[in-house]
Amino acid sequence: MGKRVAVVGYGQTYQRSSRKDVNGVELINEAVRVALADAELTIKDIDAIVIGNMDHFEGINYVDMWSAEGSGAVMKPVMKVTTGGTTGTSVAMCAYYHVASGMFDKVLAIGWEKNSESDTTGAIITAFHPVWERPNLGGAVAGLAIEASKYMHDYGATEKDGARVAVRERLHALNNPYAHLHQEWMKGIPPDQLVDLIVGSEQNQLLAYPLRMSDMCPRTDGAAAVIFAVEGKAEKIAPIPAWVQATANRHNFVYAGDVDMARNTTIAEASQAVFRKAGIKEPLKQIDVCELYLPYSYAGLKWIEDIGFCGYGEGPRLLWDGVTDMDGEMPINPSGGVMSSNAIGATALIRVGEGALQVMGRAGARQVNRKVNLAFCSGFGGCYWADIMLLGRKKPA
Amino acid sequence: MENIAIVGVGQTVCARRREETFEQLVFEAATKALADAGAEIGDIDNVVTVSNDFWDGRTTSSMAVQEAAGGWHKDISTVEGDGAFGAFYGVMRILSGSFDTALVVGHIKGSEGVMNLITNAMFDPIYQRSLGIDATAAAALQARIYMQMSGATERDFARVSVKNHGQAMKNPFAQLPMKLTLKDVLESRPIAEPLKLLDCSPISDGAAAVVLSNRRGLKRFKKDPVWIRGVGHCTDAFNLGYRDLARSRSLGEAAKKAYKMAKIKDPLKELDVAELYDAYSYMELMWYEGLGLAPEGEGKQLIREGATALGGVLPVNPSGGVLSGHPVIVAGLIRLIEATLQVRGEADKRQVKGAKTALAQGINGPCGQAHCVFIVGA
Amino acid sequence: MAKARRKARNVVYAGRIKVPYAWSVGATGSRFLTALRDDQEIWGVKCPKCKRVYVYPIKNCGECFVPTEQWVKVANVGTLESFTVVHYKHDMQPRKRPLIYGLVKLDGTDGALLHLIGGVEPAKIKLGMRMKAVFARQRAGSILDIQHFAPA
Repeated sequence: MGKRVAVVGYGQTYQRSSRKDVNGVELINEAVRVALADAELTIKDIDAIVIGNMDHFEGINYVDMWSAEGSGAVMKPVMKVTTGGTTGTSVAMCAYYHVASGMFDKVLAIGWEKNSESDTTGAIITAFHPVWERPNLGGAVAGLAIEASKYMHDYGATEKDGARVAVRERLHALNNPYAHLHQEWMKGIPPDQLVDLIVGSEQNQLLAYPLRMSDMCPRTDGAAAVIFAVEGKAEKIAPIPAWVQATANRHNFVYAGDVDMARNTTIAEASQAVFRKAGIKEPLKQIDVCELYLPYSYAGLKWIEDIGFCGYGEGPRLLWDGVTDMDGEMPINPSGGVMSSNAIGATALIRVGEGALQVMGRAGARQVNRKVNLAFCSGFGGCYWADIMLLGRKKPA
Repeated sequence: MENIAIVGVGQTVCARRREETFEQLVFEAATKALADAGAEIGDIDNVVTVSNDFWDGRTTSSMAVQEAAGGWHKDISTVEGDGAFGAFYGVMRILSGSFDTALVVGHIKGSEGVMNLITNAMFDPIYQRSLGIDATAAAALQARIYMQMSGATERDFARVSVKNHGQAMKNPFAQLPMKLTLKDVLESRPIAEPLKLLDCSPISDGAAAVVLSNRRGLKRFKKDPVWIRGVGHCTDAFNLGYRDLARSRSLGEAAKKAYKMAKIKDPLKELDVAELYDAYSYMELMWYEGLGLAPEGEGKQLIREGATALGGVLPVNPSGGVLSGHPVIVAGLIRLIEATLQVRGEADKRQVKGAKTALAQGINGPCGQAHCVFIVGA
Repeated sequence: MAKARRKARNVVYAGRIKVPYAWSVGATGSRFLTALRDDQEIWGVKCPKCKRVYVYPIKNCGECFVPTEQWVKVANVGTLESFTVVHYKHDMQPRKRPLIYGLVKLDGTDGALLHLIGGVEPAKIKLGMRMKAVFARQRAGSILDIQHFAPA
């Protein structure tokens, strides 16, 4: 059967709006160095590399070939995985499968993006069908605005509910020196007040109703690297390896018009597959911390329902009760999440890295205040694609 | 390595231009592979698609084929690179214990883009792209360096072209079956010296798929398994001027791993047939050497002696190879499929008699920067 | 509808990906390009471990995986390791035919630089020829600040 695999190292660059001091290869190299240092390994210890980003965001074809000198890939097995927004988790899963197969002991997963180098929306629109969809589509923001509107309509959620998610993400980011957005002005102000300030602000530009600037994620330059190792070796590298308990994904839809806007069925299905594999019957009780790929605020209300943390329409209550804050029952996005940093190719991989950090107890100022047995990490992209990776303290059976 | 088998294969006919969309080509290849395996999509536990955003002219172009590839309600991922690497990922996913069976499907519509611009985009945007360099001009630079090192001549390259286009006449899937003479090749239109038209592979549209299974999954399928005996992949440096372009060390490394797994010590003797990635004629000779079939610089001997012709010691590219049809991204997967058909004895007119052990190669990146080598057997 | 079906031919929908790019060259590359532009000088970087000198410069040696920190001025002349005369056209080509590419190993470096070859008839080019960088009159801080390499 397959081998058991753990995350043993994680590194990222400081996520910034623009890193003009480095080109893409150099950015990748930075993250790789930090991850290797974190695990106290050298590039010689790495048996294979998996890398991903979204091609048209940097306009580079065959990135795995182009970045070989910087990623450490020269004379190593290298593979590129790309699945849009879910790239980071797809890369993590690919690295995981490399090790679980028994063919490679230590595998480096790299995700990166230099969003500053292109017109992100322009590139995203090309994800959609050139004949049927592209001429009409307004990019990622418009698509998400439709979902938000439907959710508000179906469950009576308000702009304030959406803003409460944004507030949580931005407050959490203040503990994370690597995050892109640090809204220092929010420090010390109670969440309720912050929500009112944000919703009431005239400078908070409306993008596509109900979405405003505050509801969205930034465009970021950043890279991250995660090292996966096989049982028998993982324990020697990390004092507390973050074992992969289960992983699953669903990429069900092809056309934007086919997506069921009522519920996020792909994240529901992927989550159920993971919970089944890991024997989880009460997610809210059993999961200690989540790093969810929430590209915008309302997802933080709705998708936690689809995952199964609460019933339909109950998302806002979880938020307002503080269940998902740092000192709540199940903190979500102690890192500040995607709304605080979004170097797209890295973003989903960072969820895995951050989840691993929590399990390992090494998240510093953003460490949740309890022993983390299970960390739930998700990726999102394209037509509501969902990737899940569950990490934990216990070596799986 | 636990035994993983190829139990189904499907390929579309390669053509300069197919009228179908690439989703349709993926569906065609996937359904063919399933039919070949005597299975249905429900027998597939997970899917790996292989595609490339630049060639498809779409960001996240893999999104377009999720349904056509049978990804509905399944775990699915995408490798961006040659199909052989995608097949390797499919193998690892099964070995992980998470899945018993996998479908790997790749596609390309070379006709829908401008190959020179798309391959120009694989070069460095700061230092190389504005020179207008593309895959063919880069290959020409490599060809000349290889000639200098090995003493191989344009005539030797032409021998590869004659052999492969001639073999393509026996392959109903090939795009360019042609009965050629050395003179035809040598006098064909110059493209990027020393490469001439008939030294270069064509632009192609096509898709291909394989169904993989471990021992436990075999019962779902009707086809006799062809076992993956060994596999390896490896990447060289990107900086063209700093690679030894005359020698393919990453191919050597990939082959070494595959041979070790397959317990092959003398490949020229122990292999019955090989399907290699001859994107340009000279490459076939370089790959002979990288694979250890000939000593360094002596690839030309094999082609001069007819050792790699259909009746020779080790027939290479009985399918006609990539010179006869080059669906980028798919071509390595097709090599694997052809190798599988050979081992099964199902290669019809292009069958190498008694073939029991076959090698298939995929390449990625400029001038064969990365290689993936499979050994399959009965 | 029946008429349309009879007349329907396969439609071809033409398009282009129109995403503009602004690549960060990075500090290392910027230094190299600035030297081309302002001083008509070619600088490389040296790996402290294997001692290879790289032009164009790269911040990390791929073979040793260590930062290349030392800058080295290299000669404007070198040896032609390969060349090709291109006989097809496409939009990214910077000049009309004869379009010739070459790999030139500059003296003092350990590998070749990909660039254009000019100022010579294609038939006269030989491997091993000594070539020198010809700088463009108008320079903008790009690789084309070297116009091409010509026989030295």
